[in-house]
Amino acid sequence: MWLNWLKTRGGAAMAALGTVKGSGNWFLALALGVTLLKCLLIPTYHSTDFEVHRNWLAITHSLPLSQWYYEATSEWTLDYPPFFAWFEYVLSHVAKYFDQEMLNIHNLNYFNSRTLLFQRFSVIFTDLLFVYAVHECCKCVNGKKASKELTEKPKFILSALLLWNFGLLIVDHIHFQYNGFLSGLMLLSIARLFQKRHMEGAFLFAILLHFKHIYLYVAPAYGIYLLRSYCFTASKPDGSVRWNSFSFTRLISLGLIVFLVSALSLGPFLAMNQLPQVFSRLFPFKRGLCHAYWAPNFWALYNAADKLLCTIGLELKLLDPNKIPKASMTSGLVQQFEHTVLPSVSPVATLICTLIAILPSVCCLWLKPQGPRGFLRCLILCALSSFMFGWHVHEKAILLAILPMSLLSVEKAGDASIFLILTTTGHYSLFPLLFTTPELPIKILLMLLFTIYSISSLMTLFRKEKPLFNWMETVYLLGLAPLEVCCEFVFPFTSWRLKYPFIPLLLTSVYCAVGVTYAWFRLYVSMLTGPPGGKTKKQ
Amino acid sequence: MEKCYWMAVAILMGLTVRWTVSLHSYSGAGKPPLFGDYEAQRHWQEVTLNLPVRQWYFNSSDNDLQYWGLDYPPLTAYHSLLCAYVAERIEPAWVALYTSRGHESAAHKLFMRATVFIADLMIYIPAVVLYCCCLKEISTKKKAASALCILLYPGLILIDHGHFQYNCVSLGLALWGVLGVSRDWDLLGSLAFCLALNYKQMELYHSLPFFCFLLGKCFQKGLKGKGLGSLLRLACTVVASCALCWLPFLTEWEQTLQVLRRLFPVDRGLFEDKVANVWCSLSVFVKVKDLLLRDTQILISFLITLLSVLPACVKLTLRPSLRGFRFALVSCALSFFLFSFQVHEKSILLVALPVCLVLHEVPFMSAWFLLVSTFSMLPLLLRDGLLLPSVATTMAFCMACAALLPAWAEASEEALQLGAFLAAVRKHLPYLKPALLPHGIRCLFLASVTTMVLLTLMSVTLEPPRKYPDLFAVLVCFVSCLNFLLFLAYFNIVIMWDSKNGRRKKTN
Repeated sequence: MWLNWLKTRGGAAMAALGTVKGSGNWFLALALGVTLLKCLLIPTYHSTDFEVHRNWLAITHSLPLSQWYYEATSEWTLDYPPFFAWFEYVLSHVAKYFDQEMLNIHNLNYFNSRTLLFQRFSVIFTDLLFVYAVHECCKCVNGKKASKELTEKPKFILSALLLWNFGLLIVDHIHFQYNGFLSGLMLLSIARLFQKRHMEGAFLFAILLHFKHIYLYVAPAYGIYLLRSYCFTASKPDGSVRWNSFSFTRLISLGLIVFLVSALSLGPFLAMNQLPQVFSRLFPFKRGLCHAYWAPNFWALYNAADKLLCTIGLELKLLDPNKIPKASMTSGLVQQFEHTVLPSVSPVATLICTLIAILPSVCCLWLKPQGPRGFLRCLILCALSSFMFGWHVHEKAILLAILPMSLLSVEKAGDASIFLILTTTGHYSLFPLLFTTPELPIKILLMLLFTIYSISSLMTLFRKEKPLFNWMETVYLLGLAPLEVCCEFVFPFTSWRLKYPFIPLLLTSVYCAVGVTYAWFRLYVSMLTGPPGGKTKKQ
Repeated sequence: MEKCYWMAVAILMGLTVRWTVSLHSYSGAGKPPLFGDYEAQRHWQEVTLNLPVRQWYFNSSDNDLQYWGLDYPPLTAYHSLLCAYVAERIEPAWVALYTSRGHESAAHKLFMRATVFIADLMIYIPAVVLYCCCLKEISTKKKAASALCILLYPGLILIDHGHFQYNCVSLGLALWGVLGVSRDWDLLGSLAFCLALNYKQMELYHSLPFFCFLLGKCFQKGLKGKGLGSLLRLACTVVASCALCWLPFLTEWEQTLQVLRRLFPVDRGLFEDKVANVWCSLSVFVKVKDLLLRDTQILISFLITLLSVLPACVKLTLRPSLRGFRFALVSCALSFFLFSFQVHEKSILLVALPVCLVLHEVPFMSAWFLLVSTFSMLPLLLRDGLLLPSVATTMAFCMACAALLPAWAEASEEALQLGAFLAAVRKHLPYLKPALLPHGIRCLFLASVTTMVLLTLMSVTLEPPRKYPDLFAVLVCFVSCLNFLLFLAYFNIVIMWDSKNGRRKKTN
């Protein structure tokens, strides 16, 4: 009987094994491969975010809803929207089977191997949503350039770029955060808009907003796109809006969806009269303009220019050394950064800058609707613009632009070139997140793996068109290698290490800021000079 | 650029997996008083740095041979010395005499891991890449694919970067030897192999095929003319390189003898721990170790090993071919592992290396063998706390093989290289159905995989009965041994019925 069973099952199992390289299963192989890599990364270094999330597990598990946003035993208070808190609540009910003690609020910095396993596996497991979203996104890319070689198909390249994304790997699975499933939600909602399932897309995005409010940055793109291309059901032949085609039912159903999701999330707190407290936790404006390590954005360039001018001023005796605040010269690690020459920047100023930066792209989306691709471009521009000019931006926020940008990169050579510059510099700017020595080889190897693969595969994909980089871009990208060598291999052995400990961070941040700004600029140009709406609409 | 990048991706993947595995635990972590192989390697650094060469292999008040005494050939000792120099520059406490015993710290772990990583990067990985680049008749992408499969072989990664050893050095040197010999640079090849042999005496498992292949080549050239000259040159190279390695120990007869005694510790018994070889498996039923005198044991194991390697070696000498050489390496190493005296469970890596080399020729059987070989070290890996990396790397390896290797899961006669053998069998048994063998092999494969999975699950989750604390370990060894015997038969059949290719080689 045993043998018979083997014979019947055997054929099936072998067939299953054999088809892994068949049609759709390469996707499974990519996804499973990266999952195994994530499992191997379990014992790596993890940041304080690990403790943050453990604390949130404890808060949501052991306290009633009314105290979630008031609890302050640990310094890592709950500062994500309610859905994320509920998410932690659900996780905590699994966590209790691993170790009850990690759910105690007073066990600050509680750590053992079971806690580690649970937390790491929770990230790996929730990444399934991301995998599904990538699968859906692959259906949206144009397959017109379909080559016979599997590895030269846009779908294959796109899934490799997304699933094996370097930034997600190190931020989620080493540094520790839950960006995987959040990005999954965003990609899924984008994919739904591509598939003309607008209501679903809007619903998913509303949910996402109540998971992590950083996605507010891309909300303008959603709002305008849904209004322009969904609520208005037709356009004039020249692409401008046909005002009488407005559909009230569509607007109301969209509004209803957003309202219902928000009610579900914030309603309980409104009922308990806690909304102000929740919002004060969600939007803390007490932090500085830049994070301790400057994210590579406009303000990094601004700060650097300030320092440069200050030094020049001191050299030329134009500035009085006694009037210069000490902190600005000694280190870049001070949260409140005071500018010496250039005017200081207030939160409102950054908000205005961000809005001004976003505005053209949003206008463009309204005036020249180019279907979901135009929307995607606008979404990336919103994300990038707010990264460029936002208040207290984290370097991790670059993922918000990189991940959706992957979708564009496999369709047009120009976008591929922008994508490669943006990802390479953006990913490199994540390096300071992992500053421990055991993780040094990992980050270098993974970065090389992703960069070499992305550049080579996209070059192969677009080999018939003009080269992806001009000589300046090539030199700039190659410059990252000596920069890394200087910052992490040479600098620690020089005498400047004690006197100017912030120099490597400053260099990294400024160097990457140049690349990110350049990519942002080129993407903007591509949006504004894109083909007029009327034609592409018909495609 | 377009063509190389797959190879670059393969190498980077291999390196990434190696370094991530190295972040996990190592053998004997936090287990005083003896610790494990990690401490052994560290201790050798301590000994070689602080003691004069003459005392390295001798028991003395400064060098307690009972505590991880040096028992590898001189090249290992020199390597330890080199590492020790670096270690001393970073932190002298790591290699201080006496006081550093059992030293464990995060920084030291990082240092030790880095030494293995660098050795791997400099010796083993280039050899694998070069070997795959030299493969004929396949596209660049396929070359990268087979390189990735070889680099992802979990056994070597887990033992070197998890458990902690420097097998990549000896195996890498042996692979350089294979490369040299197969590119017709016989002198360089034999030099590399001598270095391998002087790094780890277990490389003797590979020595017979090397010897027979080179001898056969000389025979082919004609023993009276060119052949004799090249034979003499080979002999000189071997003797000179070995002498060079052993130079400090050749000054006195007593030194040389003592090193040899340390290298071949006959008094340590027929087998050590739980090994998946015939003697350990037999001991489940018959306690050979206690029944026979040690000299008889040595004699019996020697005779059986000789008998088992004989066919492959004779065939290789008479009809030397590259293909035959690779298969002979597999079969000889496997015979040594199964039948010889004093075998470690880690010695299976010596079989796994040549199997990796035939991965592109018989993908199904090789991948299956590599899986079994990793499984056979399960008790060791579990003891080191390497369950998670073992499972993850094994699954990754399976997936890589399934997705990348051509004709994986194709168990037809042709793919198994058994066409000639079956044709011969059919002459005598005409009523044998053609589909029977592929089908049978598939069933065996599934049965083997199922038992491996079940046994792994059992050893992880269940407590062994108090009466038999080693129950699962013994079962693992027994099952692996049965598999290995099957593989021995298979590889010997492939070698013996390889007439077709041999003839084609000649006409070329």
